[in-house]
Amino acid sequence: MNLTLKVWRQDGPSDQGRMVTYEVKDVSPDMSFLEMLDVLNERLILEGGDPVAFDHDCREGICGMCGMVINGVAHGEQRATTTCQLHMRHFKDGDTVTIEPWRAAPFPVVKDLVVDRSAFDRIIQAGGFISVPAGSAPDAHAIPVKKDDADSAFDAATCIGCGACVAACPNGSASLFTAAKITHLGLLPQGQPERDKRAKAMVDQMDLEGFGGCTNTGECTAVCPKGIPLSTIAQMNRDYLKSK
Amino acid sequence: MIRNVDAVTATIERGAATAPVASHEQPRPPTAARNHKGGFFRSSNGKKVVMAVTGAVMVLYLIAHMAGNLKIFFGAADFNEYAAFLREIGHPLVPHRTVLTLVEVVLSVSVVLHMWSAVSLARRAAKARPVKYAARPKSQASGYAVKTMRYGGVIILLFIIWHLLDLTFAAVNPAGPNGEPYQRMVEGFAPGRWPVTLFYVVALLLVGLHLRHGLWSAFQTLGLAGGRRERPVKLAAAGLSALLVLGFLSVPLSITIGLVK
Repeated sequence: MNLTLKVWRQDGPSDQGRMVTYEVKDVSPDMSFLEMLDVLNERLILEGGDPVAFDHDCREGICGMCGMVINGVAHGEQRATTTCQLHMRHFKDGDTVTIEPWRAAPFPVVKDLVVDRSAFDRIIQAGGFISVPAGSAPDAHAIPVKKDDADSAFDAATCIGCGACVAACPNGSASLFTAAKITHLGLLPQGQPERDKRAKAMVDQMDLEGFGGCTNTGECTAVCPKGIPLSTIAQMNRDYLKSK
Repeated sequence: MIRNVDAVTATIERGAATAPVASHEQPRPPTAARNHKGGFFRSSNGKKVVMAVTGAVMVLYLIAHMAGNLKIFFGAADFNEYAAFLREIGHPLVPHRTVLTLVEVVLSVSVVLHMWSAVSLARRAAKARPVKYAARPKSQASGYAVKTMRYGGVIILLFIIWHLLDLTFAAVNPAGPNGEPYQRMVEGFAPGRWPVTLFYVVALLLVGLHLRHGLWSAFQTLGLAGGRRERPVKLAAAGLSALLVLGFLSVPLSITIGLVK
């Protein structure tokens, strides 16, 4: 199939940036979205042009590196799917596809579709950990965990930190990301000693980075490739209020 | 010495194929622990709590207001007596109109704080996304109510101003400030004043949508809606919103179609 791509091109952080139109021919429906961009980039390199920069790593939907807003939807319209796992069979011949980077002030564009997500790292640094003397791994059954709690904690722990929640949120809020980590650690026995401190430190850091506030629109959970539930945000709010 | 060891480790860990390791640390924004100014009410969560609590105060008032309105179906005498009673609650223990004035003050403060948190969160949101998307963002979440919150809130505010001028101060009411409460209602929603009634209907539907999202959102903000409670809380929010809207609508519409004269 043949596609028309409208891609955000920006030479560097201080460049104004603009949308550039490319025609991509003979796209196989079996290609992933990133492979389709690889085809475009190979052509651009052969023509002596500058390839479109985008983040990617594992290409199997578990690392959280890739991510772009495709036709106005973070990671494209396919639910619970990262951009690398989005296949071209979901597009039709002759489609025009708009590709933009995550848009949020705390995620400055580095180049083209690559944004700097260090703000997420700083939120994790503020409290997304447990302080234990690291040694050899303890036996898995040393501390019993209720099955329900283990399941909910694991659901929250599947967050890959891709940033789609921020990109999709009309307020540019990082609540789902922050809440996922707070819920993951807050539901487990090992996370209890620092639970209140963690919620306060991470929420405060989220504000400090310049993310917007949550208005419970649910756009984040709808685009989340891991389907992190909105109830994690209720958990975050509860822990934050308790820390006061 | 130590710095060199770090550099070597970093190179090994990241591999030669990835981006070169920066030789110097980039200046990091201050962390919350080191430099956090402002307390609870400056945080986005704090503002949300203000919005939730003030919203809850207003909803409690709306429930009482709606129930009181239904008195109109018992006739002019009952309705006017009820209106007079509202000014006499607690009398003679407290002077006339004490409780009503307290309610008015609490409501005014709630409205102002509710708007303050809405405006400051909207401004924060605008700052968080300075560059808009070229493609029109397609909503992936279900629900129409959430999209009406900001503009709906503004229309509801305008409606409240009109409503106070109409039925509280009677400045724009045909029965005038000296009219009995029942008379103000019947003349205010007379068939000839259908544009006013239409405005009430539209505003009340927006109030319903506002509460449909707002009630659930308040529970979520206060951390009371998580996990298994999410569905029941959402259903209860929809139910209470519908009940309030139907109760409020029944009065002006009954007058317009001549059921209440």
